[in-house]
Amino acid sequence: MSKYTEDDLREELKTKEYEYGFYTDIESETFAKGLNEDVVRAISKKKNEPEWMTEWRLEAFRVWSKMEEPEWANVTYKKPNFQEIAYYSAPKQKPKLDSLDEVDPDLLETFKKLGISIDEQKKLANVAVDIVMDSVSVATTFKKTLAEKGIIFMPISEAIQEHPELVKKYIGSVVPITDNFYAALNSAVFSDGSFCYIPKGVRCPMELSTYFRINEGGTGQFERTLVVADKGSYVSYLEGCTAPQRDENQLHAAVVELIALDDAEIKYSTVQNWFPGDEAGKGGVYNFVTKRGLCENNAKISWTQVETGSAITWKYPSCILKGNNSVGEFYSIAVTNNYQQADTGTKMIHLGKNTKSTIISKGISAGKSQNSYRGLVQINARAENARNFSQCDSLLMGNECGAHTFPYIEAKNKSAQIEHEATTSKIGEDQLFYCNQRGIDTEKAIALIVNGFSKEVLNKLPMEFAVEAQKLLEISLEGSVG
Amino acid sequence: MYSVFKDFSTFKRNKMELKDKLLSSYVAFENRVDTNSDVHEIRSQALENFEELGFPTRKLEAWKYTSLNTVLKQDYSLFPNTERAIELVDVKQYFIHEIDSYKVVFIDGKYSSFLSQTTHEHYDVCLMSSALSNAKYKPVIDKYFNKIAKQDNLTSLNTAFAVEGAYIHIPKNTEVKKPIQIINFTTGSEAATMVQPRNLVVVGENAHVQIIERHQSLTSNAVLTNVVTEIFADKAANIDYYKIQDDEITASLVDNSYIEQQSNSVVSVHTFSFGGNITRNNLNFYQKGEHIDSILKGITIIEGKQHVDHHTLVHHIEPNCESHQDYKGIYDERSTGVFNGKVIVEKEAQKTNAYQQNNNVLVSDKATINAKPQLEIFADDVKCSHGCTIGQLDEDALFYMQQRGIPQKEGRALLMFAFANTVLESVRIPEVKQRITKLIANKLNVNIGFDL
Repeated sequence: MSKYTEDDLREELKTKEYEYGFYTDIESETFAKGLNEDVVRAISKKKNEPEWMTEWRLEAFRVWSKMEEPEWANVTYKKPNFQEIAYYSAPKQKPKLDSLDEVDPDLLETFKKLGISIDEQKKLANVAVDIVMDSVSVATTFKKTLAEKGIIFMPISEAIQEHPELVKKYIGSVVPITDNFYAALNSAVFSDGSFCYIPKGVRCPMELSTYFRINEGGTGQFERTLVVADKGSYVSYLEGCTAPQRDENQLHAAVVELIALDDAEIKYSTVQNWFPGDEAGKGGVYNFVTKRGLCENNAKISWTQVETGSAITWKYPSCILKGNNSVGEFYSIAVTNNYQQADTGTKMIHLGKNTKSTIISKGISAGKSQNSYRGLVQINARAENARNFSQCDSLLMGNECGAHTFPYIEAKNKSAQIEHEATTSKIGEDQLFYCNQRGIDTEKAIALIVNGFSKEVLNKLPMEFAVEAQKLLEISLEGSVG
Repeated sequence: MYSVFKDFSTFKRNKMELKDKLLSSYVAFENRVDTNSDVHEIRSQALENFEELGFPTRKLEAWKYTSLNTVLKQDYSLFPNTERAIELVDVKQYFIHEIDSYKVVFIDGKYSSFLSQTTHEHYDVCLMSSALSNAKYKPVIDKYFNKIAKQDNLTSLNTAFAVEGAYIHIPKNTEVKKPIQIINFTTGSEAATMVQPRNLVVVGENAHVQIIERHQSLTSNAVLTNVVTEIFADKAANIDYYKIQDDEITASLVDNSYIEQQSNSVVSVHTFSFGGNITRNNLNFYQKGEHIDSILKGITIIEGKQHVDHHTLVHHIEPNCESHQDYKGIYDERSTGVFNGKVIVEKEAQKTNAYQQNNNVLVSDKATINAKPQLEIFADDVKCSHGCTIGQLDEDALFYMQQRGIPQKEGRALLMFAFANTVLESVRIPEVKQRITKLIANKLNVNIGFDL
């Protein structure tokens, strides 16, 4: 292929606009629907990005246009039309409400159950609080404290401006643009996300958190998160999502990259509660996420996730255990109800010597939902003394749902020790009876049992999150008892 | 539709893809069989199916870890011409000769009456070729032939050329007095031979049968065996099936077995894979009644560049059934083991108890194991569990034995025997158990006698 020059591109760009009768107004807050090189270029321009970033996006777009949507996952859905999605939106035009009374009572009820404070409720329901909520990241109040420690925590768009050398070095290093269909798409069009850098030997004093919420109808959400923990540092990162009711399918294709250098530790926790679609399975968010972490020597990456939302979840937080003595952990609870479908799990790639990985996955299916665990444990030929323990337990409620496990185990080293266990069970009638006898109604009893079932994973979450997650489980399974 | 070749031997000269060769040889094949039968319609249908699907590639999820490319490159002779007689004394070692048994023996895909011992008394232990052509058997063939075999690529290929194999029909309330041995020899009269035996086993209500199956190449010429076995177990039937795979290193085997069970039946299949180049076992159980027990067990001990792939499926369709899987594997040198165990529990199949265990030992740094124990569960009141481990022999135990004067090699062998013992325990023919023990001892290069 002949090499593109800037001028060539510009020429092409001009003609293309006419070709498709397509026009992108850089000044507008939401781009017109559709995706082509212009849009990618426009997003980049909108963000005032340096040239290398624009080129990187364009390359990702070209790769993406040649890729096909993956079909191997155990989910069925109507494929999104990628030309029907607006690829950039800033949050400004949302209608502001004057008080909580104007907020949808259902939404308030949910907030109440989750135990979210009034202030935060206002924030979440978009009641006259001056915090922006769509793709553009939430400003972080603790920025000053962090700055004192030398910790960089900012929207990735700002990081591209202020710390281009760091971003350039690490972005795409764990999840290359060619990795998969959705990662390529994300690389081309990501609107914003978070960037976090912990300097050498620093222990981050607080839980870093971002809240992403999809608020504007028809807006795809493409966040990009990059967390770099330099040698000997530690960070715990929280990501939480709640999406208000939406009637059209929304695409969510995020990419998260974690890099733990020598002796560093990253703990990444997610509570995901995107709109799962209504009881008839209508609407709901498509969640196609690529999350991956790279461990250097003696480093540790721990993924904890509570997945209760989304119509379709397609997510495999992975660890590449490159360095010797590195450790990867994956703790997951995936709850599906009604018509939800989840295909989630992890990949543990053991490359270094004495690497260890632990996988605890709990799947709870109710209603007419399908819940799959798909995992890969790969021990490469040079990974001496690698150790893996995997456990996937499924809990089924009713006989219209399904639980599936697809564990792949590939060992190429004789000193590897791998254990894999899986069980499937249901809530025992005797357990319920016991609770009923003691005056606990059936719904509460189920919540109790589910909590017990999920305890191992819930315990791994930071305190505040654990409480919220526990309540989320209850809400998600409401009305699932027949 | 296909170009006609009068003489098969011309194929040898113009080297072509195996698929094309198979397709074009079909016309010649048609000259030898009755084309005006219902069975032939099934064959033609299957050929079309194969033509569309072709040979499996690694792009298919079911063949992700096993590539047939090297095997398919050989220029196979499909219908060996020369008939070669074999003396019993030359092949006696391949029979379980210590016991009296019925024998259905094929040499290069052709029935050998000399080595066989068939019967029609009380039950039929005879040939597929006569069952397919004799009107007397038509009702059975109509009812069972190609009824549960999957319409996938290699099974379709077998169906298209299905003409010979073992035919076993046991009427109800009958106990077959002695085990049946089905043995396929290939003599290597051609540089490379492909054979496709087709077996049908129908066991009536409350009947009982024991079967031993073996494929054996007698020279080091390349062999590709693509065998399909359909087994039907009626109510309360009991089938005990043993597959002994200890072939030459130049012989590859694709074994497709399909088993349908009715209520209260018990079917157990033991697969012992020690030899061969690439061995692929597709073992499928369909439970079409209640209170069924399906038992799938296997021992794999391989080295060199051998490759053994166990693909199992247990489909729980009705409630109150059980399945037990236990596969052990020991992999040395550059060998590769694959285990893909799939259990499907339909939503009607409440109270299912499905158990799956797969344990592997890697002896060498270059050996590889790929395991994929897969559960798909749609019913809520079930007990399903699977366990999969990959590890090494216990060094402490080895040290303990060495301290007590057991040499390292023997110590290792003892540990491996112990490791594989859960599978051997359930072998119900003592002579088979003894033979397997001996084969394992040979394989591990030790001389340990186990008195039974």
